[in-house]
Amino acid sequence: MADSILEVKDLRTSFFTDDGEVPAVDGITFSVKEGEILGLVGESGCGKSVTSLSIMGLLPSPPGKIVGGQILYKGEDISHAKESRMRKLRGNDIAMIFQEPMTSLNPVFTIGEQLTEAIRLHKKMPKKDLEARAVDLLKMVGLPRARELLKEYPHELSGGMRQRVMIAIAMSCDPKVLIADEPTTALDVTIQAQILDLMAKLNRETHTAIILITHDLGVVAQVCKRVVVMYAGKVVEQGDVRDIFNHPEHPYTEGLIRSIPDLFSKKDTLYTIKGSVPKPGSIKKGCLFAPRCPYVMDKCRTAEPELTGDRHKSRCFLHREDA
Amino acid sequence: MLSYSIKRLLMLIPVLIGMTLIVFGIIHAIPGNPAQTILGTKATPEAIHNLNQALGLDQPWYIQYFTYLKNIFSGNLGTSIQDNMPIAREIWPHLAATIELSFVAMVIAVVVGINAGIISAWKQNSALDYSAMILALIGVSMPIFWLGLLEQWLFSVKLNWLPSIGRLDIVSTVRPITNLYLIDTLIEGQFSQFWMVVRHLILPAIALATIPTAIIARMTRSSMLEVLKSDYIRTTKAKGERMGLIVYKYALKNAFIPILTVIGLQTGLMLGGAILTETIFGWPGIGLYVYNAIQYRDYPVIQSGILVIAFLFVMVNFVTDLLYGLIDPRIKYR
Ligand SMILES: Nc1ncnc2c1ncn2[C@@H]1O[C@H](COP(=O)(O)OP(=O)(O)OP(=O)(O)O)[C@@H](O)[C@H]1O
Ligand code: SF4
Ligand SMILES: [Mg+2]
Repeated sequence: MADSILEVKDLRTSFFTDDGEVPAVDGITFSVKEGEILGLVGESGCGKSVTSLSIMGLLPSPPGKIVGGQILYKGEDISHAKESRMRKLRGNDIAMIFQEPMTSLNPVFTIGEQLTEAIRLHKKMPKKDLEARAVDLLKMVGLPRARELLKEYPHELSGGMRQRVMIAIAMSCDPKVLIADEPTTALDVTIQAQILDLMAKLNRETHTAIILITHDLGVVAQVCKRVVVMYAGKVVEQGDVRDIFNHPEHPYTEGLIRSIPDLFSKKDTLYTIKGSVPKPGSIKKGCLFAPRCPYVMDKCRTAEPELTGDRHKSRCFLHREDA
Repeated sequence: MLSYSIKRLLMLIPVLIGMTLIVFGIIHAIPGNPAQTILGTKATPEAIHNLNQALGLDQPWYIQYFTYLKNIFSGNLGTSIQDNMPIAREIWPHLAATIELSFVAMVIAVVVGINAGIISAWKQNSALDYSAMILALIGVSMPIFWLGLLEQWLFSVKLNWLPSIGRLDIVSTVRPITNLYLIDTLIEGQFSQFWMVVRHLILPAIALATIPTAIIARMTRSSMLEVLKSDYIRTTKAKGERMGLIVYKYALKNAFIPILTVIGLQTGLMLGGAILTETIFGWPGIGLYVYNAIQYRDYPVIQSGILVIAFLFVMVNFVTDLLYGLIDPRIKYR
């Protein structure tokens, strides 16, 4: 089995707001192996973006702050690394694609300038090779008219094209880890599938490890081997995609699986998990999923289950020997 | 960019026509007969009639307007009543004095204001930010005449560091080539004269720059804060770019669009509205020129002075519009 390139250990990230501390990420642990695609799944507001921004060292601060745990990149803890160290890693070793393709490119600089920025920062490359590299990158992400695109501005591109440009930027320095934060959420369905295919292809060809963040387990099923399911700032289940699809242990995971749109389903309406993710820190006692759980038991309201298991871990009393 | 510029240029035509119409109209709306005013109350009706004919004032207004336009286009701005000199010749030294002063003041305002605003935004909520913004608040609310007098009292009277009146020391002269003395003294290679010109510019330029500096600083701060929070700046950070370059290169170009509006507006106001500063500092600019003409009821000078000031205002706006097109690629399509 390949070594872990990135390990997140008991990471806790809070926002210090006027209403007090909001523990958006509350002790999550997972690791990414070299060259794999790891899925990170959960509904809106459960702390996926905060996790990825914590890894990148790009939390809006104030109010955000890492208050505990470690982030190990090749064994080095970068959770409190100096800004100068993080600048060397960002874009070069760890790259990120953001949720918002429409606003993530600078409107007053050309695609070419933005695409070559990271290369100019991290790699010594003669000017004439720079353009060739930029053209290669655009071709690699499947954009036509690469040479002309370099001189165009973001507003001249569609959302799908912009996200491809973002991917090209992220891949420009051959990073070891790519964090893709809901890269397809803002795009329409056909484009979504293309972008996913592209990410899988890049992963095969360049061997960059990818953390694919999404709220759609269906997406995970298409491209990931392993998956981490997050709920309200915590990991509630993790393991191989196949195990989790076949035998989901946590009722939340089960709910997510049931809510995947099924082409062959006879039913008109889609299954949805009732209620919504609680505000971080608002549930003080018991299982965080208890208010929405169809299997809730008495003890769920008083004690909080631990994350247990070996290859396939989950956080639910239903799957504890002592339950 | 080219088609955008041409479009802007074409749009100037109706603006300029409207401008001449208004200036022409103002003078004709003033009660009383210009010939009467020129000749004084003791003039005979016959003399007034003759002057009216000589000035073309007995013609219908549209003929008068076209004569007026024709004169402007041939560079004839009329004759001053005070000294019978052609205004076109007389006005330029005054205009040059104002342009020189405004330019220096605007350079100060842009350099100081933008940097103060950037640092305030970058170090938001720091002591630096608070001090800069308190200074800016004082700056916008400072009455210019009071600041000018304070400067004169401190730097001229008490400390005797800088001159407080005029463009030149009383005994000196500069051979006018362009009438922009900074340039004229350099052309002649007279560096001590150049230094004298600079010293005379400092106090009035600071007084004139105060309000625009404060306004530009505040606009820069708010615009910059907005941009620094944006997704695309986060993207730049994610590439490993250093903060200094992010702020001054990638963020500033975006933040500059609203700042440019303020700079354009303030420059226009400066060129036309420096009367206060020019009066306090005895600066022989266009403001003072028109002010004196008003005292003397020298209508041709007032009319041409207003026309020139309005023209400058329009040109500043035109240049501002062109700069928008240069900074913001999206603008060409609007
Ligand atoms: N700037 C902030 N200030 C205060 N709280 C914040 C801030 N950003 C995020 N949070 C908190 O962190 C929680 C998790 O947010 P996060 O953006 O990580 O969710 P997400 O899983 O990425 O959701 P989505 O699918 O909508 O992107 C939110 O519920 C919110 O309470
Ligand atoms: S611990 Fe209880 S409430 Fe929580 S998910 Fe399991 S069954 Fe549901
Ligand atoms: Mg998110």
